[in-house]
Amino acid sequence: MKEFLLMKGNEAIAEAAIRAGADAYFGYPITPQSEIMEYLMAENAYERTGMVVLQAESELAAINMVYGAAGTGKKVLTSSSSPGISLMQEAISYIACAELPCVIINVVRAGPGLGTIQPSQADYFQSVKGGGHGDYRLIVLAPSSVQEMSDFVPLAFELAFKYRNPALILSDGVIGQMMEKVQLFESRPRATEFDQSWVTTGKTNDRKANVITSLNLQPLPMEKHNHHLQAKYNKMEEDEVRFEEIMCDDADYIFVAYGSSARICSKALQMARAKGIKMGLLRPITLFPFPKLKIAQLANRVKGMLSVEMSAGQMVEDVRLAVSGKIPVEHYGRFGGMVHSPSEVLEAFEKIFIKN
Amino acid sequence: MEVKDIIRDENKVYQRSSLITENPFSYCPGCGHSTTNRLVAEIIEELGIQKDTIGIAPVGCSVLIYDFIDIDFSQAPHGRAPAVATGIKRVLPDKIVFTYQGDGDLAAIGTSETIHACNRGENITIIFVNNGIYGMTGGQMAPTTLPGMKTSTSPFGRNVETMGNPLKITELIAQLDGVNFVSRQAVHTPGNVRKAKKAIRAAFESQINKKGLGFVEIVSNCNSGWKMTPVKANQWMEENMLPYYPLGDIKVDGKMVKSL
Repeated sequence: MKEFLLMKGNEAIAEAAIRAGADAYFGYPITPQSEIMEYLMAENAYERTGMVVLQAESELAAINMVYGAAGTGKKVLTSSSSPGISLMQEAISYIACAELPCVIINVVRAGPGLGTIQPSQADYFQSVKGGGHGDYRLIVLAPSSVQEMSDFVPLAFELAFKYRNPALILSDGVIGQMMEKVQLFESRPRATEFDQSWVTTGKTNDRKANVITSLNLQPLPMEKHNHHLQAKYNKMEEDEVRFEEIMCDDADYIFVAYGSSARICSKALQMARAKGIKMGLLRPITLFPFPKLKIAQLANRVKGMLSVEMSAGQMVEDVRLAVSGKIPVEHYGRFGGMVHSPSEVLEAFEKIFIKN
Repeated sequence: MEVKDIIRDENKVYQRSSLITENPFSYCPGCGHSTTNRLVAEIIEELGIQKDTIGIAPVGCSVLIYDFIDIDFSQAPHGRAPAVATGIKRVLPDKIVFTYQGDGDLAAIGTSETIHACNRGENITIIFVNNGIYGMTGGQMAPTTLPGMKTSTSPFGRNVETMGNPLKITELIAQLDGVNFVSRQAVHTPGNVRKAKKAIRAAFESQINKKGLGFVEIVSNCNSGWKMTPVKANQWMEENMLPYYPLGDIKVDGKMVKSL
């Protein structure tokens, strides 16, 4: 039997990166995720597996190092928190357009601006709608436990390489900082073979020169490339939707929540059930692609949905789009660094859906 | 004597590098980029490193290089070429990685990446083409624009009191311990082309021999941006740019060879 360890979410991500066979990490310190780089340095990842770990001079430099290294076909990742992720957006747009695989971790803190180092889920729009300029999407995974912080690292790499697209792990200060039991997966070797059809590893005689670029000055080819990207995102929406359902089968009402809010809602759900309210919880695991079909199906038979997020209401817009006006969909959440309690969630739910 | 007696290998003084692609050069006639592209291609060919070399082409006229040299390239966001190069070199330490950047890219928007890649002593090569202006966007003021020089965003001449002084970034780079070789050259005369080629070769050899970062500035004209004929632009460059940006090696084998 595999042993359980007690780890911080950020440490679990770092250990998972080493075990997943990552070739390089480039990052810049920012609270509440600095433990990721600290762990990689203290663990001497380079000695363990040959994984390069480099502290860059800024998030800008870090994501551009990721861009360069990802172009060689290696498994590369970076991590940051909200303001740092904002700074990376230009290069993330380039990486998405140039179709390079990489993993980006955002341990979200509250904004806007410098905000506070306390947890938040207010980077949802930035994560699932692209974030930088142009029409593109990231694959977005939302862990709600330290176990998933570990498990989603190899999953994110798998999806990033499957679609040659950046994959984002959207965590938050709660999951990043809390300690929980975790069962780590077996180490996998670093890759030794790379797809010579696109990597920049040096032009050998048996292939043409590879150029990684997002520049296309001619609008017609650029439109064609955009169609190609959109077809890829549509394929993700068909094949990669992941979610967890808790007690949805007989539910009258549904909480829709991801990440740490989903943990809080699972407690609020127990409290609701104890009071005789038939509550269910739908936890999107992929935020892009979003489980809109599942939500549309649920909307055919439940009375209402409450999107619970530590934000002023962002995911609620996607829930409403999926529900398409069939039932009431409302939002509740503390934000600006405050975390709602299960009783606050239940009280808000009753006020909106029961008492009126 | 017939033509076939003249066209013989022993009489050959120049030949087009086999690494230059069939794409017609899209640089303005007389621009230093064409010559500098050619020198980089010749050196990669002569050193036999085509299969090991990855170039970084950033934003501005310098991005066009990836159309003209038959090697792997990664385009880079504006100013970030040294970071992109760092990423590649760190995961492929035995490959040869170089950036090819203009002055707006390297010395304005990318100053941080330039300084820090150099200061870390990344074992890469940086080719820096300084023409004192933003060429591709239509001739705006650059960090290297000379005092009094007219551009589209300094139409009455660069006023150093309100627009700052031209940045001698090459002298600044030379003082960093992480840097092994620094030189400033030009490509407007055959003699200068030969010296520039020697410097670019030294910068690549510095990397190949794992001695560290090599940095070569090429002072060039931008005749269309400067609104001059190619010949006039080269004269103006000699009279104005070269006194401010003097040519020659600055640092060799990690030691300063010129007092700043």
